[in-house]
Amino acid sequence: MIAYILRRLAISVVVLFLATIMVFLLVAESGNPLALLRENPHTPKSTIIAREKLLHLNDPLWQRYWIWFSHAIHGDFGPTVAGQPVGPQLTAHLFVTLRMVILATILSIFLAISIGVIAALRQGKATDHVATFTNFLFLAAPTFVVGILLKEFVAIPINLHLNRTIFYTNGDQSPTLTGSFLQRLPDYAGHTVLPTITLILVTYSSWAIYQRSSILDTLDSDHVRLARAKGISPRRVLLRHVLRNALIPVTTVIALDFAGVLGGAVITEIVFGWQGLGVWFLNGVTNLDVNITLAYLLITAVIVILFNLLADIIYAFLDPRIRYD
Amino acid sequence: MTDDRVPGIEPEFDDRPRGGVDAPGILPHSVSSDRAAGLLAPGAVLLDESTAGLDAGFDEYGLSGASRSQLSTVVRRFLRDPMAMIGLGTFVLLLLGSILVSAFWRYSYLSITNTLNSPPSWAHPFGTNSIGGDMFAQVMKGTLQDIEISLLVALMAVVLGVAVGAPAGFYGGKVDSLLMRFVDLILVIPVLVVLIVLANIVAKETNNWFWLAIIIGALSWTYIARLVRADFLTLRERDFIEASRALGASDSRLILRHMLPNAIGPIIVNATITVAGAIVLESTLSFLGLGIQAPNVSLGLLIDSGQDSGTTEWWLLVIPVIFLLVLILAVFFIGDGLQRALDPKKNRVRA
Repeated sequence: MIAYILRRLAISVVVLFLATIMVFLLVAESGNPLALLRENPHTPKSTIIAREKLLHLNDPLWQRYWIWFSHAIHGDFGPTVAGQPVGPQLTAHLFVTLRMVILATILSIFLAISIGVIAALRQGKATDHVATFTNFLFLAAPTFVVGILLKEFVAIPINLHLNRTIFYTNGDQSPTLTGSFLQRLPDYAGHTVLPTITLILVTYSSWAIYQRSSILDTLDSDHVRLARAKGISPRRVLLRHVLRNALIPVTTVIALDFAGVLGGAVITEIVFGWQGLGVWFLNGVTNLDVNITLAYLLITAVIVILFNLLADIIYAFLDPRIRYD
Repeated sequence: MTDDRVPGIEPEFDDRPRGGVDAPGILPHSVSSDRAAGLLAPGAVLLDESTAGLDAGFDEYGLSGASRSQLSTVVRRFLRDPMAMIGLGTFVLLLLGSILVSAFWRYSYLSITNTLNSPPSWAHPFGTNSIGGDMFAQVMKGTLQDIEISLLVALMAVVLGVAVGAPAGFYGGKVDSLLMRFVDLILVIPVLVVLIVLANIVAKETNNWFWLAIIIGALSWTYIARLVRADFLTLRERDFIEASRALGASDSRLILRHMLPNAIGPIIVNATITVAGAIVLESTLSFLGLGIQAPNVSLGLLIDSGQDSGTTEWWLLVIPVIFLLVLILAVFFIGDGLQRALDPKKNRVRA
């Protein structure tokens, strides 16, 4: 198993290396990041020259990539176009995003499994139809649509009706926030509710649909029929014989979809005005900021790779037949 | 990718899910794609000339009722599926409606009238926006734009997917490992991220929906490629391929005449899912300001500009949202219906 995991890690690292070269070329070749600065007649010539030197804009492309690469492997992601170091910005934005992503992923898993199981056990009944239709609706709805609708037609009317802010619709925290961590916690929580619900709704649906069909397949299998015939209680059949087997394929789907969850987080942050990784990355791309784009790419990829690794381990745990060699 | 997971297990014996690997961005098509990957039922010789010929023979003897060609069975099943017909009907209605309105409605999507921020009325069925643009014309033009882009993306995904997947599955080797590495890339990096980087370049250089469709298509073909590859890997071992080869059929004849028709079902189903995925990606990019740019319109752009009007000029937000959701759901229903028509086994009721 360790050999298998190491091989997968090695492939991921090579792929990631190629991806950084590709994205570097795309962003670096698409224009001059200092164009806006140059257009401003009040910018001193010395500033532009200093900035060009800092960003190595006059060096050949391959050399610029090498400078980035040799620093990045030591954890230094270089300066932004505005001249500040990328590293501290990355960590600050990362924690804002992770707060939402971790919460949403865990809750989505629970929601998807429960809805999938209930729909499968009530197959063909009203509960199943309602659940399946809702799942399809959220599967069809793009993230930004779900976010905007929640904001405009749930949060704002409730806030207006009660004449106080229950749901914060903008930002990841109040701008005037002070005090100890415990004092700040309610404010963080209030700002986290809506974006997290949005991310859950767009994430859980495909997993729930998958969980439902996976349960139906397992219910149909011989070992479940045998377990029932032996007279094992329905509850025990469900928990030990159906659920455990039905979770195996779902684990893979969830792990493989995780990159998609991070993509959804970018959109959710924009809808709710969060200063998270996604917004930071999007601004980086539009400002042609190579270092921000690459730092985002790296951190996202590393999170996805770790998550897939975790899934591999859980997978082996759920299904003892699986041997990675 | 799943083939990488447990080396040594032949794809056809591998019952683990294949879904979701490179689901474009926010639309995970794991579920249906898994079912689609399982579609390759042994003996499913779709559109095969020999069977068709046999049917024609039966027809002459008045036996057509007893034996229908597989194609006509599939078509009949699809036409009798109420959900699929609702989906198809809605899609055709939206397509024709948007073409007709864009051509004949008294305002164009570029028109500016003197009525500002008017709610829906007879003169402006979908109201007007803050500069007096007629929303009926804009929403219909946006719908048409989304359909155009998504159909082009799906066409591109099918052509590229077959062009890469077929030789990869048939010959294996370099093409195959290159394809799998590309799939790895998509596994590690969210598609939306690569798309944002590309779309930023396109948005800067040109305001042309064609290029937007090209970059979405360039990232949407991998799923179909993997599917075709997996199907070809199992097909090339089958007896009828061996027989044709022994009769002297060339590689291209084997691929085009014998193997591709057998893999066509899952390709069609996934092309439909690609259409839905492309609509989601396009509207998301437009919402981010990196897709369709004003003065052109798309549903995503309309939702973006109407997003703060929910409690005031609600029609600016609600109407494009409804059109976008209905359009995507219609495509979903078509895909789901095709799936059921091609693989009725999956509809079995639990014993």
